[in-house]
Amino acid sequence: MAVRPVLDPRDRGGPAQPLLIARELRKHFPVKGARGKSVQAVDGVSFTVRKGETLGIVGESGCGKSTLARLLLHLVVPDAGELVFDGDAVGASDGIAVDALRRQVQMVFQDSYSSLNPRMPVRDSVAFGPFIQGRKKAEARNIARAILGKVGLDADLFGPRYPHELSGGQKQRVNIARALAIDPRMIILDEPVSALDKSVEAQVLNLLRALKRQLSLTYVFISHDLGVVRYISDRVLVMYLGRVVELGPVDAIFERPLHPYTKALLASRPSMDPTRRIEEPPISGDPPNPIDPPSGCRFRTRCPFAEPVCESTAPQLAEWLGQDSHVAACHMQDLASGHSRAGQG
Amino acid sequence: MSDIAIDKPLETVDEQAVPATQVRGYWRSVVYRLRHDPATLFFTAILLLIVLAAIFAPLIAPFDAYKDSVVARLKPIGWRDHLLGTDELGRDMLSRLIYGGRVSLMMGVVPVLIASLVGGLLGVVGGFAGGRINTAIMRAMDVFYAFPSVLLAVAVAGAMGGGMGNGMLALTLVFIPPMCRVAETATTQVRSLDYIEAARATGASTITIIRYHVLGNVLGPVFVYASSLVSVSILLASGLSFLGLGVRPPTADWGLMLSTLRQSIYVVPFVCALPGAAIFITSISFNLVSDGLRAAMDVRM
Amino acid sequence: MSPPVICKTWPPATAERARVEMDGAAELPLVEVNDLSVKFVSRETTVYAVNKVSFAARRGEVLCILGESGSGKSVTLRTLMRLLPRQAQVEGRVRVNGRDVLAMRPRELRDLRGGLVAMVFQEPMTALDPVYTIGQQIGETVRRHTGCDRKAARGRALELLELVRIPSPERRLDAYPHELSGGLRQRAMIAMALSCNPQLLLADEPTTALDATVQVQVLILLRRLQRELGMGMIFVTHDLGVAAEVADTIAVMYAGRIVEVGPVGQVLSDPLHPYTAGLLASTVHGQPKDRDIDAIPGSPPDMRRLSQGCSFAPRCSRRSAACHATIPEPRFHAAERMIACLNPTVRV
Repeated sequence: MAVRPVLDPRDRGGPAQPLLIARELRKHFPVKGARGKSVQAVDGVSFTVRKGETLGIVGESGCGKSTLARLLLHLVVPDAGELVFDGDAVGASDGIAVDALRRQVQMVFQDSYSSLNPRMPVRDSVAFGPFIQGRKKAEARNIARAILGKVGLDADLFGPRYPHELSGGQKQRVNIARALAIDPRMIILDEPVSALDKSVEAQVLNLLRALKRQLSLTYVFISHDLGVVRYISDRVLVMYLGRVVELGPVDAIFERPLHPYTKALLASRPSMDPTRRIEEPPISGDPPNPIDPPSGCRFRTRCPFAEPVCESTAPQLAEWLGQDSHVAACHMQDLASGHSRAGQG
Repeated sequence: MSDIAIDKPLETVDEQAVPATQVRGYWRSVVYRLRHDPATLFFTAILLLIVLAAIFAPLIAPFDAYKDSVVARLKPIGWRDHLLGTDELGRDMLSRLIYGGRVSLMMGVVPVLIASLVGGLLGVVGGFAGGRINTAIMRAMDVFYAFPSVLLAVAVAGAMGGGMGNGMLALTLVFIPPMCRVAETATTQVRSLDYIEAARATGASTITIIRYHVLGNVLGPVFVYASSLVSVSILLASGLSFLGLGVRPPTADWGLMLSTLRQSIYVVPFVCALPGAAIFITSISFNLVSDGLRAAMDVRM
Repeated sequence: MSPPVICKTWPPATAERARVEMDGAAELPLVEVNDLSVKFVSRETTVYAVNKVSFAARRGEVLCILGESGSGKSVTLRTLMRLLPRQAQVEGRVRVNGRDVLAMRPRELRDLRGGLVAMVFQEPMTALDPVYTIGQQIGETVRRHTGCDRKAARGRALELLELVRIPSPERRLDAYPHELSGGLRQRAMIAMALSCNPQLLLADEPTTALDATVQVQVLILLRRLQRELGMGMIFVTHDLGVAAEVADTIAVMYAGRIVEVGPVGQVLSDPLHPYTAGLLASTVHGQPKDRDIDAIPGSPPDMRRLSQGCSFAPRCSRRSAACHATIPEPRFHAAERMIACLNPTVRV
């Protein structure tokens, strides 16, 4: 699983420099009509993304992963925290401007009826990006042709079509083509295969893998489907109610999960074996509302190991020891927390 | 699985994926639906007739619309060469109806056109900007909306002294708020969709996004609504002329004709009803054609 | 198999009738569908959603209809209750508990729906009326089928909320759908479906819209209720994992036809139809990361134009010339194993 060093001419920091560093990102959305209350969508999220890797982000509804995706591209402006792209702070005067960031980072949305303009033929949708970024129309069209070919769609056959004339899988290929058209270094994929049929999902995943190799891309892959995340990611970040609860290499997360929530999430996966059915639900209740999250550790209301310290203090994600370290934000992991099971793992 | 060489395109998707139906653009499919909608086609034909008659009035009017005759006053339908009779000043009804069509169509279409442009612009700006700007624009529109349209038209036209130009201005003011609202709704619906976000993510400016992505989706509803407003506009314009606030005599105008023929209704009732019939047919044709357009443009495949 | 619990508040005549039916019908399948075809006709096109589908479901058993979008699984399910839009044209025979559903008059149909057969939908937010409380909605169903008064209906509603393990049920009776979380809403919908002790429960992708941790709770709940109440259940899903958790028998549908049927263990470990095998191989579950997933090439077919032969042939790695020419007839490989394929996969 060695990560190949990136040879992109725009590279600034060298292979050891993380491509993206997120520090204490925070975004709260005020609730209309309820003064003082806000949806705490993302609340202090920090992580890094290495060059050439795929970081998978998993979580259930309300965990803030979609908001996080948009924060990384500054489609939503963070209330607090900073983003550093290849060594340059985003938005800072001596760093990289948001516009320049968007030439190197792109996003693929979940396939839905609204991901492509229904009034534009596919080739124009794909050519739009390069055209906006300064290319002439003819040049943009040529780029669109080439990219459509790369994602496996015949440009002459599919270029003039409108989105409603394509199947789900084809539309998603177009979405990917649109993101690739401006030649980014990193792509954020927000639930890219969730709306597709299973047989098509596999095709698109294969395509994403191949493109990553061919074009030396870095991915941030957001999904609620653990199987998909396990297959495609190098490292995984688990989110719950706006916070990171666990982060580490994919095999470590799936085989030796540390956080009770991660364990419950993994235990909720159907086994695919009718003789080994899940008899008892690993966790009860629904993910709570991000408007009024519990104090301290946000998972404590559903956690079988909750203790008074979990209510009073929020657990911190342990400091980075190295890029392959496996950390969880749980008092049971922190020897100094005062939790009765601290240090037992 | 071997590594894929750089620049070699990936395996192309099976042709099974090609839908068997013909590839058709959006506008072509709208035209297709219209072609197969007999009711709409019929009324479009009628509208076309009315418009062509108005345009080629000098060529097809059998008589001079302004030539009066003391002798031939209030003659019934079919009298001598006057296919539709004569009015109270002896002028040929058919010719006056044809010429009247010009004025009525102008007063119907022009205010709606201008209102679409102005109201549409305001709506798109407000819808896209959101927040306070949107609130300011929409509440300003609400002030005008609060007045019943007839009352507002009459008040403005009256205050400005009547006449065709002022009548059209009054109608334009009446129609700006609803056009603004339609455009704002359409813009707001589109604004939060994923492909707008994708466009922003590539660094497109607001103007560019509006130009390429929003306008295309807004023009549809605006156009359909405008075509239905024309029918209302014709009615209102005729109303204004009827009240004496529109064109001045002797200009031929359906509303004005109705007003002047009012006293003669017991003498030649059918002739006096003709301008009303013309207003009715034109207005309803616009209405039904706009309905048909709306149905054809509502693409849900 | 324990006899089904008769609803306590049923009018005696109905209960008696049901008991009589039960005694003579122990061997009769609960659901029998023969050569069902459904097409949707509009001015522009005709969609052949379901094409000569035949299957049977026994009492007390869970049948899972597995298929992707466009396979016709939801339409098949809804036909069992005749919950189809006006432009649907139905042919074939559908019998539930011995009664011909397609020939029923509106009044009998209304008695059937919610009474003998009940349905749980995918999206509880849209399937529940937002302006009535949960208690009111469940009560309405109860009163419709039993004619009892409001107080008794509320009591029954409370009973049902407890049955589906909703915490603080008395408080939730007066809650509106939007005040409940997704999982609770789905439980409320299940409670509503169970209100008159149906013999057949139809579930149309009930957990697809739910989070993973909630999905597993709802699946376990459904399985438990199905066992305790002795209902037959027909469960539609596109997710193999969900089918493995819930089903006794699986029927795989593709392009409006059933291509394979069998006990869940056998179908998942030894699929006979290439499509089933392809689905299994392409479901992302523990594949090695350094290799591509064995995806099925191409896309599902256009249901407006069905081919002459097997609909899966263009995507099938085992296709032959004959596959494009004739539709494979269902054959019984073993007592409970049906396969409709000219070149089924050989058991390794």
